[in-house]
Amino acid sequence: MIIGDRKSLTEILDMIKDCRSILITGCKGCVTVCNVGGLKEVQVLASSLKIARKKEGKSIAIEENLLERQCDPEYIAELADVVHRYDAVLSMACGVGPQFLAEAYPTQKFFPAINTKFFGGATGHGVWEERCAGCGSCVIHNYDGLCPVSRCSKSLMNGPCGGSANGLCEISKDVVCIWDRIVKKKMEQGRLADLLTVMPAKDWSTSRDGGPRKSIREELTQ
Amino acid sequence: MSENKSGSNLERVLRAGHFAFTGECGPPKGANVGHLKEKIAFLKGNVDAVNITDNQTAVVRMSSWAASAIAVQEGVEPNFQMVCRDRNRLAMMSDILGAYSLGARNMLCLSGDHQRFGNHPEAKNVYDIDSLQLIALAKKMRDEEQFMNGEAIDVAPRLFIGAACNPFADPFEFRVYRLAKKISAGADFIQTQCIYNMEKFRLFMKMAVDMGLTEKCFILAGVTPLKSVGMAQYMARQVPGMDVPPGLIDRLKGASKGKAAEEGIKIAIEQIEEFKEMKGVSGVHLMAIEWEHRVAEIAERAQMLPRPPI
Repeated sequence: MIIGDRKSLTEILDMIKDCRSILITGCKGCVTVCNVGGLKEVQVLASSLKIARKKEGKSIAIEENLLERQCDPEYIAELADVVHRYDAVLSMACGVGPQFLAEAYPTQKFFPAINTKFFGGATGHGVWEERCAGCGSCVIHNYDGLCPVSRCSKSLMNGPCGGSANGLCEISKDVVCIWDRIVKKKMEQGRLADLLTVMPAKDWSTSRDGGPRKSIREELTQ
Repeated sequence: MSENKSGSNLERVLRAGHFAFTGECGPPKGANVGHLKEKIAFLKGNVDAVNITDNQTAVVRMSSWAASAIAVQEGVEPNFQMVCRDRNRLAMMSDILGAYSLGARNMLCLSGDHQRFGNHPEAKNVYDIDSLQLIALAKKMRDEEQFMNGEAIDVAPRLFIGAACNPFADPFEFRVYRLAKKISAGADFIQTQCIYNMEKFRLFMKMAVDMGLTEKCFILAGVTPLKSVGMAQYMARQVPGMDVPPGLIDRLKGASKGKAAEEGIKIAIEQIEEFKEMKGVSGVHLMAIEWEHRVAEIAERAQMLPRPPI
């Protein structure tokens, strides 16, 4: 799923500093699962903003809202009656949400409350880690299910580089060297030969480097 | 390993069976050509080629191709370094052509330190291709006279292709295989990471010799003289993939006051003497970081002079 972190209260307050009323809308999709933009988080943000604005002597009216998904025009349409009652809308979805909202309601202002970070999953309570870079042509079968594109700091296809030490990446003691894991897994399973041929340069045209992407399924467009 | 693939002096020295000696020079943090020329002058005649680093440790400096061209003007053969961090394949091929056109005949293909270490950690990195793929690319450009996409090159760059090898990074057991991969990709010569743990390096070289790798590629052992106890401790603790045994730091500590640098040079010379005798080692790569003015003395004391004539 898509993982994000909420922006700081200071940054959000600055974005909405000229607003006297806002609508905060969360999303029941990924951001609810990673506890950053669901109902509870909408309520917490609304309370925090009200308290902060009260302290500044500039009270603010806030309506709380939660949409099924902000990445689907069908649910975005549910806001048609309320969206213009406020000075602005603060979206707690991933980066897709405020864009779909802005496209549906071009005269309203939308602000992102979330920094969208990566595709990943939970590795412990309150911990999410990156697992996919959305490169558009998956190669993880070559690396025993361990993705060097998203998990190697240099996206090396032929690692590990000279900075791998004690199973950790050169950039930080908090970052695992995924190439160390790939090599050890292959060695343990007697399949080191898989790593002895040079993997050719990757075709990045399927990734973001190829420009904004689109996925069309003809059978569904009829 | 007989036929000459480039017009490189380093290649000629190695193929003639001489024990090669290369140096290193970091371009200036600015356009200070005068200072660069001073550093290059200290190396002239004392080494077979000089590595011109490419934004090393991810700190912005004069471009490696431009500094390489200045080395050529000064009569010193450059080993033009290129990292994968800062350029995509278009820029790489174009800079290979440019550096070759300006007289570079050696090239060292590297991944490059991550920008997090450098002075612009906010930068976006590239890593369009990795160091193995860069080696293969340089070889394709030279031997097949083609760009990566297969289009013909109008006058191909004939470079002597180098790569790096760090026997001290993990996992150790895989390092000799990665060296083999670099050779199969097209590396003609290898310069290793700075060696301090001699025991580990002897073991690594034995593995490389046993696998027949030293029959296919020239290996130059990396030496960086330790200038002080502080430098040794910094290398041991802060530099990724560096292995400085505690015994070596103790030896520097044991030197009398103000003599640690001299002890560091003694250690380097002892290493060079051992490398001359070590099976599979074809030369030494001396990385005297900001110590270019001591290279002549080290070369002299290690009996590396005179260098074979070009």
